[in-house]
Amino acid sequence: MSEVKLTVNGRAVSRDVEDRTLLVDFIREHLGLTGTHVGCDTSQCGACTVHIDGKAVKSCTVLATQVDGASVTTIEGLADGDTLHPMQSAFRTHHGLQCGFCTPGMIMMAVDIVKRHPEGLDEETIRKELEGNICRCTGYHNIVKSIEAGAADMGGAKMAAE
Amino acid sequence: MYATKYAKATSLQDAVAKLAAADDGKFLGGGQTLLATMKQRLAAPSDLIDVTKIPELKGITVEGDTIVVGAASTHSEVAQSADIQRLLPVLSGLAATIGDPAVRNMGTMGGSVANNDPAADYPAALLGLNATVTTSKGSYAAEEFFTGIFETALDEDEIIVKIAFPIPQKAAYEKFRNPASRYSLCSVFVAMTADGPRVAVTGSGNDGVFRVAEMEAALASNWSADAVSGITIDPDTMLSDIHGSAEYRAHLVTVLAARAVAKAG
Ligand SMILES: Cc1cc2nc3c(=O)[nH]c(=O)nc-3n(C[C@H](O)[C@H](O)[C@H](O)COP(=O)(O)OP(=O)(O)OC[C@H]3O[C@@H](n4cnc5c(N)ncnc54)[C@H](O)[C@@H]3O)c2cc1C
Ligand code: FES
Ligand code: FES
Repeated sequence: MSEVKLTVNGRAVSRDVEDRTLLVDFIREHLGLTGTHVGCDTSQCGACTVHIDGKAVKSCTVLATQVDGASVTTIEGLADGDTLHPMQSAFRTHHGLQCGFCTPGMIMMAVDIVKRHPEGLDEETIRKELEGNICRCTGYHNIVKSIEAGAADMGGAKMAAE
Repeated sequence: MYATKYAKATSLQDAVAKLAAADDGKFLGGGQTLLATMKQRLAAPSDLIDVTKIPELKGITVEGDTIVVGAASTHSEVAQSADIQRLLPVLSGLAATIGDPAVRNMGTMGGSVANNDPAADYPAALLGLNATVTTSKGSYAAEEFFTGIFETALDEDEIIVKIAFPIPQKAAYEKFRNPASRYSLCSVFVAMTADGPRVAVTGSGNDGVFRVAEMEAALASNWSADAVSGITIDPDTMLSDIHGSAEYRAHLVTVLAARAVAKAG
């Protein structure tokens, strides 16, 4: 067992967990934040994507103890109170989801992509950057459209606090 | 995953001592291969000793005409390093093709090189550039470091500290990726180095990463795609699986080598 201390969505948390506890299980089971999903459990699909110290990672393939002390942002941490993050709004406006299972991971990755491309995004770049996020429903078309729009909106809006 | 104990090593000595104290310990890099293997219960180390916080394993520096990459550097750090982009763009470009952005944010060069997956990308860069692997015990030329599929010259308690890449006159990497796994199905790294041309192939050899002496000789007298496009590879030396037959891979080596030479210019 180890004590793991993290800042999750701006809140300091600490739990005693088995060393083998995956970050995604820490987030879902120990903190009750079930917005982060487990799709494949084999680091392929990206449904479990969260930000660790501002960088997108697949939380099904990281131990909670490995990132002890880090700042973690999950999908629950993006909105500002009742105001959705611009990327969340864009997914709603542009119908970037069907069943919604992949969506938390898609949005967390989308925010990461925008941050890494201050020069702006075109469709080809978005599709390439999404190679680790799999969607079984949409055919990606509206996801790409949502990210293009979300990126434009993020340019003007202030970035989510991380 | 079976139960395991996790500890961060603060120095090389600390890591080696922690491993010695463990029943059946293993070093942990970014975990992008090892944790996945443990989740499938194909590995069950009693202890994981995280080496990524050891100061000697951090950072990317330019030392004369060599780029030195700390073993704990993530694939993203290599892909985004301004020094590597400027002096050895083939390496930052290669790193940017590994897996996907989230995998690149955790996976490290040391972990990839230690693992020596036959479909991994870095081994081709190390062999193609005649890189030197420095460990907690000594140093190895790439040639002597990679000894077979998932096999290296490393002892159980030996840590990769850094990898030094001499900057070549020109180089290029042509990756033919498996669209599902994103690993190399066949990829060819070519370089014109101070000691002449080098051609290294990953993803295809049944003994892991390898050089193609016949192509190197041809390029020494004539650096052009034509010089290699007629050189065939023996399918008996190739991997064969559901993703590609040995004949298919042998054919790819020649095609990709020609493309890489053309790309290097
Ligand atoms: C979805 C996915 C796609 C991928 N696609 C690609 C790809 O296209 N190309 C590619 O090349 N790779 C690919 N990978 C593998 C990825 O590059 C891994 O990051 C890499 O193989 C292992 O690095 P790691 O730091 O995560 O090592 P770990 O998983 O932590 O460790 C791997 C092995 O190396 C040992 N080790 C780690 N660090 C050291 C060290 N400093 N000294 C000695 N031993 C050490 C460990 O004990 C272990 O045996 C992919 C992985 C995933 C999950
Ligand atoms: S659940 Fe983590 S990548 Fe699919
Ligand atoms: S919306 Fe159903 S998996 Fe993407």
